[in-house]
Order: sequence, then C-alpha cells, then structure tokens
Amino acid sequence: MINGQTPRQRLRITFAKGEALKYISHLDLARTWERVFRRAGLSVAYSQGFNPRPRFQIAAALPVGVTGGAEQLDVWLIELLVPEDVLSRLRPSLPSGLEVLDVREADLRAASLQSQMRAADYRAVIYSPESVEAIRIRVQALLEAPALPRRRQHKGAWQTYDLRPLVQSVVVERGQVGEHILTMRLQASPEGAGRPDAVLDALGLSLATQAIERTSLHFEFDK
Amino acid sequence: MRTKPRLHDLNVDGILDRILPTVSKPARYTGGEWNSVLKDWGACDVRWALVFPDTYEIGMSNLGLAILYDLLNRQDGVLAERVYAPWVDMEQAMRAVGLPLFSLESRRPLAEFDLVGFSLPYEQLYTNLLNMLDLACLPVLAAERDERYPLVIAGGGATYNPEPLAGFVDAFVLGEGEEVILEVTAAVREAKRQNSTREALLRRLARIQGVYVPRFYEVAYHGDGTIAKVRPKFPEAQIPVRKRIVAILPPPLTRPVVPYVDTVHNRATIEIQRGCGRGCRFCQAGMVYRPVRERPVDEILDAVDAIIANTGFEEIALLSLSSGDYSQIETLVRELVARHGERHLSISLPSLRIESVSVGLMEQLQAAGRRSSFTFAPEAATERLRGIINKPIADEDLLAVVEEVYSRGWKTIKLYFMIGHPTQTLDDVAAIAELTMRVRRVGRQVIGRKAQVNVSVSTLVPKPHTPFQWVPLADEADIRAHQEYLKENLRGPGLKLNWNSYQETLLETVLCRGDRRLGAAIHRAWQLGARFDGWSDQFKVEAWRQAFCEAGLDIGFYARRPRALDEVFPWDHIDTGVTKAYLARDYQASLRGETRLDCRERCYACGILTAFRDERAGLPANAWGCPPVEL
Repeated sequence: MINGQTPRQRLRITFAKGEALKYISHLDLARTWERVFRRAGLSVAYSQGFNPRPRFQIAAALPVGVTGGAEQLDVWLIELLVPEDVLSRLRPSLPSGLEVLDVREADLRAASLQSQMRAADYRAVIYSPESVEAIRIRVQALLEAPALPRRRQHKGAWQTYDLRPLVQSVVVERGQVGEHILTMRLQASPEGAGRPDAVLDALGLSLATQAIERTSLHFEFDK
Repeated sequence: MRTKPRLHDLNVDGILDRILPTVSKPARYTGGEWNSVLKDWGACDVRWALVFPDTYEIGMSNLGLAILYDLLNRQDGVLAERVYAPWVDMEQAMRAVGLPLFSLESRRPLAEFDLVGFSLPYEQLYTNLLNMLDLACLPVLAAERDERYPLVIAGGGATYNPEPLAGFVDAFVLGEGEEVILEVTAAVREAKRQNSTREALLRRLARIQGVYVPRFYEVAYHGDGTIAKVRPKFPEAQIPVRKRIVAILPPPLTRPVVPYVDTVHNRATIEIQRGCGRGCRFCQAGMVYRPVRERPVDEILDAVDAIIANTGFEEIALLSLSSGDYSQIETLVRELVARHGERHLSISLPSLRIESVSVGLMEQLQAAGRRSSFTFAPEAATERLRGIINKPIADEDLLAVVEEVYSRGWKTIKLYFMIGHPTQTLDDVAAIAELTMRVRRVGRQVIGRKAQVNVSVSTLVPKPHTPFQWVPLADEADIRAHQEYLKENLRGPGLKLNWNSYQETLLETVLCRGDRRLGAAIHRAWQLGARFDGWSDQFKVEAWRQAFCEAGLDIGFYARRPRALDEVFPWDHIDTGVTKAYLARDYQASLRGETRLDCRERCYACGILTAFRDERAGLPANAWGCPPVEL
C-alpha cells in the first residue's frame, strides 16, 4: 500500500436516510458519505491505482423515493478509533435527513456487506377507502400465484423477470383512519432483489401508496 | 420537517411528493443541502430570491451567485434563497398542477420575495428568464409589474449589454456585485419602511453607481436602424452607467453549498485572481473584468483549509480567467499539495495558458491527484491569425508542453480553437487540423495509442465591449465549409471533434448585440416555446425564425453587418472602464497584425485607471496588475 495507507480498522455504521434525502440517488448518497467523512476528519483508507477512491461500501441501494430506517455501510480507516468517538465526530457533519444510529467494529477480513445481504423489510403506508380484508384477498392471491412475470428496464432495455420468488412475505394491517400498513420482506441478495414498488404495483396499490420505508436489512451473518 | 406556516398556505411539500417521483433527477428540487441557509422569514425585512436561469447542475457551479448568497445571508435582517430553472419535465409537471416556481430553501413562491435577482452569465438564458417569471406567476413585462410584485434585478456577464432585456428587467446591476448588492438592499429596506412607490424606489436605485434602470432612458434611432442617441429621462439616471468594481477582492467564500446531485463543477472553488491583462481581442471577460487583482497566497491557503473542512469537497478549483498567470501559482500549488495531498485533495486549474505552464507547475499538478485531462486554448493555429487575435504562442512551445503533459500521466489533451476570426482563410483552418495531428503524434510517441486529443472548434461571436465589436459574424457558407474541412481531416483513433451549429452561434450573436427592439423577438420566441436555448437538444430554431419575422427584425442587421468605427452601439452608454477609443485603437492594431503585451508589463491606456481613479487611490502600488503610469 502506498502512503502507509494500509486499512487498520473497519467500522460498520448503521444509519437512517430520512424524508429530506429520499430523492437522493445511490451515487449521490455515496458522494455525500465521502464528504461527511472528510468533514468529520476521519482518515479513510483509499484504494490503490490511478484513481484512488475512498474505501467504504453501502450495503444496498435504496430505491429513489424510499426512506431507510436502518441502512448499513462499512468504512475502512487507516487509524484506530473508538467507535463511540467516531459517532460523536460524525454527528455534527451530517446533513439533515442523514442520521447515524450505531457505529461498531467489524472484522477487517470479513466478506463484503453486499455479498452477505439476503433480504430487506419494507413498510408502506397506504391511503385507501378499501377495507383491509379486500387488500388481504389480493395479497393472498399474490402469494399463491405460481409466478408473477413483470417487466423492468435494465440499462435501457426492457426485460421480463419473475417477481414471485423475490417476495418472502406480505402482511397488511389497519393503520389510522383510512390508512393501511403493508409490511413485506423481499429477497435482496447478489442473486436478485425485489422492489417494494413492484409489489405494490402488482397489488394495484401504486397510486394509494403514501410512503415507503426500508425498515431493516438481513444478512447471512445474522442467521 | 417544515413547521413554519406559509403565507399562501400552498401545500408545496404534498404536491412535490406527488410530482417528484415522475421527473428526472428529483433531488434538484428538494434543497436542504449542506451549508444551505434557511433564515427566519419573519425576522428579515429584505428577502432576495437569487435565480440562476439554467439547470441546477449548471447554476450550482456558478461562483458569482454563491458569493452573493453567502454575503446576503450574513447580513442581519436579510435573507437570500436559491432558485434554478426546472428542467422541461418538471416545468410541465408544475404547470399541470398549478405549482408556481418556488425557492429551494423555504419553498415559497417567488412572488413573496422583495427582490428577484437573476444571474445572467450568457445570453442564451434570456428566454429562461421570461419563462421563470411566468412560471412564478409574475408578469414578464416590467411595465406590467406594480408594487404588488417583487422587483426584478439582473446582473452578470451578459448584462454588459442590458438592452435586449430592457423591457423585462426593472434594474440591472453592472459589474461586481459584492458592494452594490448591499446598497440595493439598503435602498429596498428604506423604500419598504417609507412605503414608497415602485417608481420612487427605482429612482432611488438609479442614483446608485452601477445600477441601470432601463425605463429611465429613451433611445432614438437613425433611419437606417442604427442608434442615434440614448437619452436619460430623469436627472437621477446616470449616463454613462459605469460598472462597479471592488478595489480589493473581499474575503473568499468558505461555506459554499454542497450539492447532493452531481453538478457540472462538483467541487470547491476559490477565485485566486480577478481580471486578465492578456488582451485577447475576442474575449469579453478579458475586457470587462479589468483591472487585474490577485488574492494573496496566504489568504488562499487559509481559505482552502476552511473550505475543505466546511464542505468535505475532494477537489478544489483555482479560479481565474488565466490561472497560470497568477504570479505565485507554483508556490500556491506546492503549498496546497503539501497541506492536503495526503488527504487526496485534487487541484484543478480550469484555464491555463500554454506559456504559463512551467515544468515546476506540472510537477506540482502531477502530485495533486486525478489526471483526467489538460486543456489548452490556442484559439488560432497560424502565427498570422494569432497576431490578429492577440494570442501569440509558438507551435513549438505548445508541442513542448504537450510532450511534458503526456509524459506525466495525462492521457487526454483538450484543444480549443475558434473559426470565423477576422481575415481567416481556409489555410488558417487547415492549420488547426495540422496542429492537432502534430499534438496526437507527440502523444503517440510518448504514451502510444492511449493518447487522446479532443478538439473543440467554436465560431467567433463578436462580443460587445471587445476590440472585435466592429466585426461581423462570419458567413454561414464559410463556417460550414470550414467545419466540413475539419470533420473530414480530424477523424481517426485518438481524435474527437466538437463544433457548434451555426444557427446557435447566430442566435448568440444577435442576442448579445441586440438593442431594445430585440425584446419583442425574445418575448415572441418564448411564447412560441423557446427556452434552454443554450441546450442543442432544446434549441428551437423555427420559433426564433418566426419570432424575428413577426417582430419585423432582420437578423443580418444585428449579426452580419460591418460597422463603421463611429457607429453608436446599443451598449455604448454602459461604461466598463475600458474606453471605446481604446477598443477602436486595438481593433485597428489587430488589422495590422500588431500584438500587444500583457498589460501588466506595459500599460496601453485602456481607460480603467482613469475610470476607477477613486477606487485605486490609497491602495498599495501593487494592489492591481496595472504597472505604474502617469495619468
């Protein structure tokens, strides 16, 4: 490693991406973190090569418009710091809409967060005059369907995929007046990830959806 | 998140949640960026909407408006909020739901502000100015806006000829804004306290040096359509209206807003020098931003420390019209690398003259991060033509620098040329292709087939306030032939050629040289759908053609006509400090192929020292680039 920049510590940061940032794309969020680390004065390790990049990895991209309640990232430092100190250095450097919930040490040699991702939980708020029962019937039908062929755009080209195996569970509950809460667990692994808006669309609830939050991520090492 | 009640109680947040998922890059419209300032609306009595009438990505890259935003928000009782042009999809969505144009900070409609200040660095933004006023539910014509509406102000490079927008803008602020914007703010505060009429406020503003209120002047024309005289209608209206300068550069901006979305120049910027003494004859900035003023090295270094700590930016641009001409550029870059190199700060010098690039500077830049590309602007490729435009540089010097650049890890060199210079022939154009091929050859010798040369060839726009203001825009057939020649001769691996369409150049020429009568064509073109005229994919040539036709204006009269030396130009009553007599002398010197030195070495009496004698008085002798002269 050049410049004595051998990573000495890997920190796992749990953070929330709130309303104010929900329209920020994944790339924009990565750039924001890079700048947060620099403002906080953390000595982030850099990759080698012609265009050295700061070493950190966000576990999973959030769809634009979706907030995240417990997102995760790993960052590699060239210094050894106490996680609590990192937390207190990060806080004043965070823009509104970004919140750090937890900082803990991770094994320097452990596999990447992305490769360990298995599933994600989402919570959608639905405003609809329909009854919970009516929506439940459609949820049941969706879960019993042998396949749910859908189309999505990938690098400009339309392709067909099956949404069904990506849906692990869907539950509907009554919320406040005129409001339903739909929670779902979707596959989110290197083999494929389900999108919450696709599930809501398949249920005919796209226009009724008021807000979607990704509430938690599930990793191989959680098991 | 937002708790403050709004005057009109528009549920902007709710509406945005419905439309933002349907538009491209929605984060351009949500604000809340690091270092953005949301002041208490009720605690401020002068409220500015600062508008950049192009996309967020371009507007956020503009230093001028960022300086004013910071300056105004640091004043007690004053607030400034940002507004950028919504892209066409967002405009459509806003119009569909009846959402008026709003500011990024408090999300209030523009109509609630006291002042709407437009920054106009280039002329292709004129239709966007009209469109944004309309989108804000404000009448586009100044005459139709009474006391109920905010005052519409404009400044920036394009407003050195304010005439085409005379019917739409209430007051122009000419020159450097740092001091005059506070004077305008104070006048508005006073007018609000006294409940003055709009007319009284405008008269008050007209007395401030640098403020031009077009309705207080009348223009008389000759039978041939040229201008006979511009007359002030009131004693308050100055003639000529002299631009403002700051005698010493004020402390630099160290808390710029950090964008979330990727912008054109997504980096920190520090202005190291204002003005340029080189005197390239086509260059408006080189004439209108005089005198040359340098910022001290220590001030820059401290400011960069502060900017990086305040923003977390990974790159700093050292801004100047010619950053290599900064007298201590090597020291500065060396010191920046020493302080920030370990933390991977990239340093970029956006405008380097070939002769200002030393091996020492290149070594420093090599140490300073990403080597994406190196840009040079020879502008002409023959010695003769370089004499005409006053940008003398030897091919051998260029090629020597090119060799150094390629050998130090840069793979791409960008070359900027212009065609349509006065007296240019096909030989001069052929020389562009030859020189480009020689650059590629050098690159291949050094790094083989990885060597890339990107050539941009624009067409000379004879700009107001330059020695070329008497020159007609080149003939369309010639320009097309020259472009065809270059397309034919600059193809192959490692070469990329960019050029401008003649129609776009023609429009830019007409807009920058227009008089008051042009306003009718701008108005009509906007009604016919023209906006984002600087974007090739949005440019609507037919709308403009029809607009000129309906307004009864001849494009050739504005763009293609040779001018007599004594013709009164629409912008002659705007005084940049550089005299028309000096520009005429330099134009004539150009026709004789005479070059001039950088005026920091020898004074050619452009007029700046006479015009700003008071500002200069009491400053240290070396505060400006001007050498000692007898006045």
